[in-house]
Amino acid sequence: MATIAAAPPYTDVRPQAVDNSVWSWLTTVDHKRIGALYLVSALFFFIVGGLEAAVMRAQLMRPNGTVVSAEMFSQLFTMHGTTMVFLAIMPLSAAFFNFLIPLQIGARDVAFPRLNAFSYWVYVLGGLFISFPILFGLAPDGGWFGYAPLSTKAYSPQINMDFWVLGLQILGISSLAAAFNFITTVINMRAPGMSMMRMPIFTWMSFVVQFLVALAFPVITVALVFLQFDRFFGTNFYTIAKGADPLLWQHLFWVFGHPEVYILILPAFGLVSEVLPTFSRKPLFGYPVMVYSGILIGFLGFGVWAHHMFSVGMGPIADAVFSLTTMLIAIPTGVKIFNWIATLWGGQIRFTVAMKFGVALVGMFTMGGISGVMHSSPPADLQQTDTYFVVAHFHYVLFGGSMFGLFAGLYYYFPKFTGRFLSEKIGEWHFWLTLLGMNLTFFPMHFSGLLGMPRRVYQYDAGQGLELFNMMSTMGTLVLMFGTLFLVINLFKSWKGGEPASSNPWGAATLEWTIPSPPPDYNFAELPQVKSRYPLWNMKGGEKLVHETTYAEEKGRHIPTAKELGIVMPNPSIWPLVCAFGLIVMFSGLLFMDTKLMVAIATMLTGSAIWIGSLYKWLLTPLEDHH
Amino acid sequence: MTATTAPTTAHGDGHSHGDAPHAHGGGHYTSLGLDSRKIAIWTFIGSECMLFASLISTYLIYKGRSPEGPFPHETWTNPMTGEVFKPILNIPVTSASTFVLLMSSLAMVLALAAVQNRHVPKVTTGQKILGSSKLWLWMTCLLGIGFLGCQAYEFTSFIHEGLTIRTNLFGSSFFTLTGFHGAHVTAGVIWLFTLLAIDYKRGLQPEDATIVDIAALYWHFVDVVWIAIFTLVYLIK
Repeated sequence: MATIAAAPPYTDVRPQAVDNSVWSWLTTVDHKRIGALYLVSALFFFIVGGLEAAVMRAQLMRPNGTVVSAEMFSQLFTMHGTTMVFLAIMPLSAAFFNFLIPLQIGARDVAFPRLNAFSYWVYVLGGLFISFPILFGLAPDGGWFGYAPLSTKAYSPQINMDFWVLGLQILGISSLAAAFNFITTVINMRAPGMSMMRMPIFTWMSFVVQFLVALAFPVITVALVFLQFDRFFGTNFYTIAKGADPLLWQHLFWVFGHPEVYILILPAFGLVSEVLPTFSRKPLFGYPVMVYSGILIGFLGFGVWAHHMFSVGMGPIADAVFSLTTMLIAIPTGVKIFNWIATLWGGQIRFTVAMKFGVALVGMFTMGGISGVMHSSPPADLQQTDTYFVVAHFHYVLFGGSMFGLFAGLYYYFPKFTGRFLSEKIGEWHFWLTLLGMNLTFFPMHFSGLLGMPRRVYQYDAGQGLELFNMMSTMGTLVLMFGTLFLVINLFKSWKGGEPASSNPWGAATLEWTIPSPPPDYNFAELPQVKSRYPLWNMKGGEKLVHETTYAEEKGRHIPTAKELGIVMPNPSIWPLVCAFGLIVMFSGLLFMDTKLMVAIATMLTGSAIWIGSLYKWLLTPLEDHH
Repeated sequence: MTATTAPTTAHGDGHSHGDAPHAHGGGHYTSLGLDSRKIAIWTFIGSECMLFASLISTYLIYKGRSPEGPFPHETWTNPMTGEVFKPILNIPVTSASTFVLLMSSLAMVLALAAVQNRHVPKVTTGQKILGSSKLWLWMTCLLGIGFLGCQAYEFTSFIHEGLTIRTNLFGSSFFTLTGFHGAHVTAGVIWLFTLLAIDYKRGLQPEDATIVDIAALYWHFVDVVWIAIFTLVYLIK
């Protein structure tokens, strides 16, 4: 047996004539198209968030910078954090959830295709809602964790924080709807034979993430409802004079906020766990342990929140407990690092750009992880909290971790998304500039932080030894911008003119590589029968045989349409978009609460009528035509 | 690792390799043989547990922290005016409304059973009454509305006695918690009326049992949450 049993039957790269009208994109319920929408929107917001950071770095390049005012600087750091967390990294992960989960488990779509479209539209409209105000200098300015009582009317009387409170509430709806959808998809849409322990590791990590979303987001929803009520209806949840606890917000926020950290990193871990085995030509080392450690990270992630609050003085017992749980969570994370290294060990390594980003994640994330473990010790944390040392730490895990993993996934899966490769040559520039820029930006922050530079200050004085480190960080940001420019060029060039890719150009092992690139709308002509964890690798008797296809051998083969195969596809629907729009209108009404009460009520009623009406329309229309 | 084959190669029909049961959710293959909507409602309920857990925890954390009344279980004299406020919670009325809500869950169970057994012949009057999905859906709705009526009475009488959502910490956390629960009951009533409308239009058939079932799961969940609220807010001093 030279290769696996048989070549995939439908293999061609150029799909049938596809409807690409704007209407078809507005009404799409296809998980692959929604994935593409997520990808483009999230990359847009990634660039917006990056530019916000660039302005901050320009301000901090020299002591007593005067590029922006203190007020603008507050808006910039608030929006940089909010944008990167909620509008860039989470949706970039969502792009991969959408595109990959159904393909990896052998499904035709997600469990609820229209709900999936709804999640996207709520996200993108909510993202615009929260981002637009910065153009008018009205953006939220209370930091990305919006500590109350600082964010209440008494201390933030302007409209700025209203956008933040309402915007996050809107984005939460999107994430929750997606979580219910993907949990159901993974539980119930797996192809025959795709048992839980045969699922690709990316799907596993995404599955864990959906539980974190489903259980953590309601907590911030409640915290935001209290803040919303305090701001708009005069309740007392965060009014200290009325007996409120100044730590209530911090507890609720971080009960959400710490699982959120794993919501950001686990999808990237999953992607890297796909990339490393393929480019090492070895199965992932310790697959079950990788699964269990992912679950354990998710579980422990709910028990460490107060390590964000050591400086508030919770007392020795609380400090000790949260310090221990924090150290504990380093164990499953460390297990993952070692398993990746063991995966690489003795493999036939090919250093593609995807692989480089993957390997860089292992290194960079480890550095961020080590500075993270330092914070688990309360006495050390008291020195580091609210300084640039913390900024350095979480950029190593979020940029060096999450973003590197997502970049690895982007280079690896772009051929599957589009049928065309990203250029390796331009990708090299992107990778090396990003790696260099990232370290040049964030490594010096360890030092400026330990020298005592607080985060979120808009100016610092000369003569404190901070000049060199800040100059280095700003130069690093410049390098990062050039790196990102190469990514943008690469995406544009390859979208239309990239080298065409075959169905399995990397010689990968999982189900998504058995179907054409890009996949036809129905994904699988027949539901696959899964018999192992690596359906495309034959590993019997220690012999590794990989079915790698080339474009030349697949070119020109006919890919049947869904109609020819007799597959009933879900009908497109505009109602998820209208419903999402109605929700945004309803929430916007609250913005006028103080100034024009009647306008506020009218707007909210109109919005409610729109979303409830379209929800009924959507639910009472069957997904598919009768067959 | 086991030997593998390319999964999409033609295996004839897709039914012969029964690793998982081959069953239906709207005519589609599902791994568990369950309707996906049923799994989704359970994940939704799991998420809602965290929502109410956060609301209830906040209420409990803030219990007794408010420097000024009125209070739920204690008398309070306003030091400025000398006005005396009795303990504000009206346990007898709320006990009655709790009973009403519990009975609505019973009606909901009977409504679902009636839809599932639509085609079972009914002879006696008792069988006909038990087999009427319209009757039991109406019953559930009316009991739900009865509960909401009690809540409306409770809220207005509190406001008359001088406790609003703005008055103190107790008012804020009490009205928000019970108001959220009331909003959930309201959504449930609207949901049930929608099912009733379908029942009048074309009759709910045993094939429709899933849509009644998920509404029922939601309804029972809201009911269970109320038992927690009633115990923690009203009964425990």
